[in-house]
Amino acid sequence: MMNPLKTLSRREKLGLLLIAGTLLVLPFMLATVGTAWVRITNFAVLFVLLSLGLNIVVGFAGLLDLGYIAFFAVGAYVYGLLASPHFGIHLPFWVILPIGAAVAGLAGAILGAPTLRLRGDYLAIVTLGFGEIVRIFMNNLSNPINLTNGPKGINRIDHFQIGNVNFAGTDTFFGLNFSGPIKYYYFLLVVLMAVIIINRRLKHSRIGRAWVAIREDEVAAKAAGINTRNIKLLAFSMGATFGGVAGGMFAAIQGFVSPESFILNESIMVLAMVVLGGMGNIWGVIAGAVLLSFMPEVLRYTVEPVQHALFGKMLIDPEVLRMLIFGFALVLTMRFRPAGLWPEALHRREMTENRT
Amino acid sequence: MSEVLLEARNIGKRFGGVQALKDVSLTIRPREIYGLIGPNGAGKTTLFNVFTGLYPRDGGEVLLNGKPLSLESPHTVAAAGIARTFQNIRLFNNMTAIENVMVGRHVRTKAGVFGAILHTRAERAEEAAIRRRAEELLHYVGIADRAHSLARHLSYGDQRRLEIARALATDPILLALDEPAAGMNATETVALRALIEGLRNDGLTVLLIEHDVKLVMGLCDRVAVLEYGQKIAEDVPEVVRANPKVIEAYLGTSAH
Ligand SMILES: Nc1ncnc2c1ncn2[C@@H]1O[C@H](COP(=O)(O)OP(=O)(O)OP(=O)(O)O)[C@@H](O)[C@H]1O
Ligand SMILES: [Mg+2]
Repeated sequence: MMNPLKTLSRREKLGLLLIAGTLLVLPFMLATVGTAWVRITNFAVLFVLLSLGLNIVVGFAGLLDLGYIAFFAVGAYVYGLLASPHFGIHLPFWVILPIGAAVAGLAGAILGAPTLRLRGDYLAIVTLGFGEIVRIFMNNLSNPINLTNGPKGINRIDHFQIGNVNFAGTDTFFGLNFSGPIKYYYFLLVVLMAVIIINRRLKHSRIGRAWVAIREDEVAAKAAGINTRNIKLLAFSMGATFGGVAGGMFAAIQGFVSPESFILNESIMVLAMVVLGGMGNIWGVIAGAVLLSFMPEVLRYTVEPVQHALFGKMLIDPEVLRMLIFGFALVLTMRFRPAGLWPEALHRREMTENRT
Repeated sequence: MSEVLLEARNIGKRFGGVQALKDVSLTIRPREIYGLIGPNGAGKTTLFNVFTGLYPRDGGEVLLNGKPLSLESPHTVAAAGIARTFQNIRLFNNMTAIENVMVGRHVRTKAGVFGAILHTRAERAEEAAIRRRAEELLHYVGIADRAHSLARHLSYGDQRRLEIARALATDPILLALDEPAAGMNATETVALRALIEGLRNDGLTVLLIEHDVKLVMGLCDRVAVLEYGQKIAEDVPEVVRANPKVIEAYLGTSAH
């Protein structure tokens, strides 16, 4: 475990190298298709970050959380409030992101505390409620003091700025044009690497084992000496921290935040990513998030032309068809791979078979 | 060390209409193997659950090494030095055998999230020590070769051994085993007996619930008998075996 690269086979190393290479040139390839795709990719990476955060709560610790998007919202609003004309505060992003992470982490612990005795369905319902409460707060905290600007949200949020490179416009480095979204892409990539490393380290740590032990058998975990209350709170809090960081970057990339970005559907979407990919397994979760982020977009761009080509006119509204195919794919996956596309257990079996 | 390791005084526990334990008092001496027997539903497991903080008790107190033991939460009981296994094996099924044991080290180690994230020198050293200790314990209970198998893929007997290894990982002074021989074949039972004797020789005190009368009588220094939540006898095996109340309540039916 000292050096994660050492434990990989040659084939895996080659695969990793290929992925790294592709990721590095990806935005320029996408930019030739259309800048929109760079933006879509950035949002996909944000969802990967969210899924990895939720994976700590749901995948590792086994606590069903249906209000996770609330922490994304907290991070986004912290960024919005501290870097916009709303209060006239303009802190740099490297100050705000840690603040957002800390506030979200605190919110995670506060919202987690009352749920400690709940399991399964009950936990899901209460966390769902909390998620909604946060959104409703943001919708209404404009009176008597205008804190969140209500449903209108916060506009003209500052872009990232590193030195004199602003992420709003285009810069030229090494003869290449780096548009705003492309700069964000590379920033997100760095954050993603860090988050993956943190996730892996947590997983193979004393705390990570305690999370999984609670997921596997809470009574046995208690009897084995784990303070399940503290360790569960830690899971909520750590997961929320990831959500807070993702939220801050979301606010900057988007330039505005409003409560409607943080509806229940988004929580469910992130949960679907975790479950589809395979709870607990970091790579499975990433795969799930990438798949579910891109599929709707790909469908959005293909459904209409395909119908025109086939029938000469639009029979089914693309939005309807998109949701239909999306739901169908989810049902099929759950029918044939109930533990997810790349589940922890399978991953485990492969790992142990390699070793012995 | 005092003459008495664990003393339970007037433990009571009621589930609705069922008086599962009624004024149960018992004393366990250091380094003895103490047997707890009784018919089904006598309250043996319930007593374990009270001792280990899993069930709140209605009355009574427990002293460990002469000091009152807080039974408020299981993890403080584990920290105080009481470890247990379960009648119906409770392992972390999707973790490997060695990880199961490593979880048992939790209470004796202290690395937190920041240590883990930063992968500090102290954290790595502690992690390595946890792994080493877990390997030793797997070896001790005789399943070192299954270290990297998922717990649920182990045979029944190996799962029982793994549970003991996990309990031992908490560095207990008292190990409570709830029917460890249940479902084991004759060979496995002989090996289990050797394991328990070895534990005692290594300085541990063992509290043993067991239905296998031959095993209990052969292995234990003293035996207590529960019936309908009450202790009806507590003495060396020879005396308990001859006790008419015990014969009527328990031995008469199950010991041939
Ligand atoms: N969680 C519970 N809720 C309600 N009643 C319980 C609970 N646990 C135990 N009981 C009841 O308490 C009594 C004692 O049960 P316990 O499991 O302690 O018996 P035991 O001596 O371990 O029996 P066995 O030899 O079958 O394991 C039984 O009548 C049982 O039904
Ligand atoms: Mg029992």
